[in-house]
Amino acid sequence: MQLRDPAHLVSSRAVVYWTVRAVPGWVVVLLGESAWLWSSLNDPALPVTLLALTVLCAAAHLIVMPRWRYRVHRWEVTATAVYTQSGWLTQERRIAPLSRVQTVDTERGPLEQLFRLANVTVTTASAAGPLRINGLDLVTAQGLVVELTEVTSRSEGDAT
Amino acid sequence: VNPACPGGGDQGVSWRRLSARMLLLSPVRELAGAIPALVGVIVAGRAVGGGHSWWVGPLGAFFIVCLSVLRWMSTRYRITPEQVQLRTGLLRRKTIATPADRVRSVDVTASALHRILGLAKVDIGTGSRDAGSGLSLDSLTVAEAAGLRAELLHRSSVANPETVASRDSVAQDDAVAQDRSVAQDGWLGRGEQETELVRLDPRWVRFAPFTLSGVLGAAAILGLGSRLLDQLDINAKDIGPIRATLTYVEGNSIWLDVMEGLVGLALLVTALSIGGYVLAYWGFRLTRHPRGTLQVTRGLLTTRATSLEERRMRGIELAEPLLLRSVGGARLAGITTGLASGGGRGGVSSLLLPPAPRAVAATVAARILKEEAPLTAALTPHGPAARQRRYVRALLAAFVLVVVSAVAISTGASRWLALPALASLPLAILLGADRYRSLGHALAGRHLVTRAGTFVRRRDALACDGIIGWNVRQTYFQRRSGLVTLAATTAAGRQRYALTDVPLPMALSLATASLPGLLEDFLARADKDPALLGPTHS
Repeated sequence: MQLRDPAHLVSSRAVVYWTVRAVPGWVVVLLGESAWLWSSLNDPALPVTLLALTVLCAAAHLIVMPRWRYRVHRWEVTATAVYTQSGWLTQERRIAPLSRVQTVDTERGPLEQLFRLANVTVTTASAAGPLRINGLDLVTAQGLVVELTEVTSRSEGDAT
Repeated sequence: VNPACPGGGDQGVSWRRLSARMLLLSPVRELAGAIPALVGVIVAGRAVGGGHSWWVGPLGAFFIVCLSVLRWMSTRYRITPEQVQLRTGLLRRKTIATPADRVRSVDVTASALHRILGLAKVDIGTGSRDAGSGLSLDSLTVAEAAGLRAELLHRSSVANPETVASRDSVAQDDAVAQDRSVAQDGWLGRGEQETELVRLDPRWVRFAPFTLSGVLGAAAILGLGSRLLDQLDINAKDIGPIRATLTYVEGNSIWLDVMEGLVGLALLVTALSIGGYVLAYWGFRLTRHPRGTLQVTRGLLTTRATSLEERRMRGIELAEPLLLRSVGGARLAGITTGLASGGGRGGVSSLLLPPAPRAVAATVAARILKEEAPLTAALTPHGPAARQRRYVRALLAAFVLVVVSAVAISTGASRWLALPALASLPLAILLGADRYRSLGHALAGRHLVTRAGTFVRRRDALACDGIIGWNVRQTYFQRRSGLVTLAATTAAGRQRYALTDVPLPMALSLATASLPGLLEDFLARADKDPALLGPTHS
């Protein structure tokens, strides 16, 4: 028995978005190492090796991670449930029945606004179970929120 | 009395005051709390004013007494058919209102001082996670507290506005009569019998030394003592008994000192943990009321009565910390919505049984759940791949330790470092074996049962109808071994109850069996799932 993938991919612009988002972290590391290299110019062997290794790692990460993520990140809403899949090295699938959904939020950081993307977060009464869909196309996200809000407002009870 | 408040339609309900006896209690307590500050003020006054500032202390005491009188005068509460309302504050009037049907727990606490005066403190919890959202009434008379608690918790059967209103008009006329009428209406006066599920057996105190609480106590006492000496600027060597001990210790060989020190520490820890156990759990009783609440009463000096509505319960946790497990003990906690698991937050605890023999814990759990299977059912082990992961992970940690110490020794550290590093290898194997032995799950009756852990082995029974979703998580290595970590999310207790390293098909069939109708839409019978294999181009 296997779980199938959720039906929909996220927006293809998310690949660029994830790449851009990962750049600052590597820049900080590279700046630190450059400073070390600058301060030990008379014996540069070790800092240069480290710098080269870091550049290789960063390049691999920036090339592989966003594309891998794009293949993994998927979502689906059926008549009864929300189903999401996310991650790359560590992957997680979350399933929650619509009858237990409490809130539906969208969130857009500055970078996401630049790429016309949005996050949709579906929370249940459990603090451990929010379903996040990253990198959705803005129009899709708005449609999804409207749909989910409508479906969940129909169900009754406090969803615990 | 006061005009209406937010939440109209309840003009008929009058405001009640806290018990006037609180005026005796709260100055005493606040004075006790202020003693360090007062001592400081007096000492400082003597140092600065040359003995002329003696009046600072009494003035402070007078001020505190005035404050508590003002607080009594300005605090009122009432229970309307829709809301519980509390007004406090003299200058800044504050009204806290909570919908009565949101009340999830009513705790009655009485410290030794409270008990001398026949008072009790009532904490009304709403299950909200925000601090300070609950209402606290300090203090009511014992009868009032019991009546209030019955009134709030069993609202569904008592929630007839007229009875509440008429009872309150009685209260307005004569507070004493109200005490009596509430006590008669209260949950014991109606001829409904509560059933006792378990009562503390004094022999259980033997588990106290195996609960680490004494270690914390000893650390606290030693820390506090040394700080006190430090603060008062007393050299420890100037105190007679300590000096005598030090001279004795200096006269002995180091091994004897170490032995004696360890024995002394063990005795201290044992005494403290037994003391703590008796203070906290003496007179422990767990009862079930026919209207659907469980009630825990406990405490030697400070008594606590905590209640849990059974409709808020989603299951039970049986915890066996390593030391307790080695002597066959266990403790029970409820998985409850609206309470942080393990207590702590808001002072509300979901404890259902203090450390007690494991067999007793299992029996009590079966009585609470009205089902025996979750505690007795044989657990399905997670298979060879999970066992391998347990060993690999434990050995990896030991291996890192060995490598680090090898590097350290090669750069000139003491050779003795090799001893703990090598000893960690067999320990890691034992750890891996025990961690795998703990791992298991079952679907027993209406409950999903999971067990895991070595240092604290927990067997959690989560009611299937309390599950509100699934998280299926796979790390890269888990995908290679075909394992998943399946977590059932819930609004209660720890919020997620996870089955670590279950083979994927086993996890899915368990998930569909325990919560039918959710996963079926998303199952595929395909042999390979491309997304689980990672990108083809990397």
